Amino acid sequence: MRAWLGLVARDLALARRNAGDTLAAIAFFLLACGLFPFAVGPDPMVLARMAAGVVWVAALLAALLPLDRLVGSDYEDGTLDQLLVSGLHPAALAVAKAAVHWLATGVPILLAAPFGAVMLALPLRAVPVLVAALALGTAVLSLLGIAGAALTLGARRGGVLLPLLVLPLTIPVLIFGAAAVEAGSVGLAVGPHLAMLGALLAAALPLAPLAAGIALRSAVE
Amino acid sequence: MQGESGAAVLEARDLAGERGGRLVFAGVSFRLARGEALVLVGANGAGKTTLLRVLAGLGRVAEGVLAWEGESVAEDLLAHAARIALLGHLDALKPQLTVFETLRHEARIRGGSAEEAIAAVGLEPLAGAPVRILSAGQRRRLALARLMLGGRPLWLLDEPTVALDAAGVGTLGRLVSAHRAGGGMVVASSHLDLPIADARTLRLAA
Repeated sequence: MRAWLGLVARDLALARRNAGDTLAAIAFFLLACGLFPFAVGPDPMVLARMAAGVVWVAALLAALLPLDRLVGSDYEDGTLDQLLVSGLHPAALAVAKAAVHWLATGVPILLAAPFGAVMLALPLRAVPVLVAALALGTAVLSLLGIAGAALTLGARRGGVLLPLLVLPLTIPVLIFGAAAVEAGSVGLAVGPHLAMLGALLAAALPLAPLAAGIALRSAVE
Repeated sequence: MQGESGAAVLEARDLAGERGGRLVFAGVSFRLARGEALVLVGANGAGKTTLLRVLAGLGRVAEGVLAWEGESVAEDLLAHAARIALLGHLDALKPQLTVFETLRHEARIRGGSAEEAIAAVGLEPLAGAPVRILSAGQRRRLALARLMLGGRPLWLLDEPTVALDAAGVGTLGRLVSAHRAGGGMVVASSHLDLPIADARTLRLAA
């Protein structure tokens, strides 16, 4: 556990030094949200209708941005070899990477989400639901993303392959996440939707790191 | 040689390894007991790096058996990983961290003392400097310092003298001697003379 925390601490320190990656993800998220009023017109009714979906899609795409570097740089500079002989289980490495991705990208997007929502005229009472749903959804995305990043290691054009691999897997997250916000904005029960997101997280937590761990091992062979 | 009489800890029997689906070496057998060192020699492409990666559990054993105290390494790769200290071609350093931060994080992951490791390779004056500004030789010294963390019994060194100056080679020799005196084992590859006393040599044919 101490070793695992040491790895998380190191990668968080690196993420802090590379704060530009986090800022780029937030800027991308806010810009993507901000483009929609220009494209579909400023009518608050129209915007509010699509706000939930737009915020979710923008958040998923923004969270994908720093993913390939997170594992790719370790692969290229030999750190992955060192981590695989550190004695940590490869799946534990993947969980650590996902945790760092969530803390360095997911959480900042959560904090920016209310601003994106306001730009899209999402009813204010739906904002807490949006943040709660995004908290669960971005965690699932971090786990799926690390598995995708591990699988595309060493592949030429891995950066292009990664979204093609990961985005289809995020469809269930998108459906229940957007539905939760939708329900929140019209005052319906949001519990079932959040519970489904929690269930997706519970499924991704063991499966994605196991797949990622196997992929990491075969990437260095 | 002291080693032949001691009980072999690491044993390779008819080992073969492949790179990119092509067999690069085959029929490699050796036994290594505590305190012993083995130097791999051979032409470029003879499979020295591939063999070291196989010994580290990173590369697949294509044929043959690699055993640790009689147990096949493939049975428990994770336990084997915890025995390894690896110095690869790549230094595995992050330019954004300082020398001390690098080793402090590594020490938390592997155990051991960052301060001692820095002192052993003579990098104290640069402890606060970012890895970004280190020269190639200083980076190599920092990578050497990582070997000392966690008390790993098997050191695998791939061309350890690359980029090191005479003093650095001397440091490497001292670290290896101390490691072997404590019962550690070393497998190193090189096409130059290594500062490793009474090591056995294993020649890989290209």
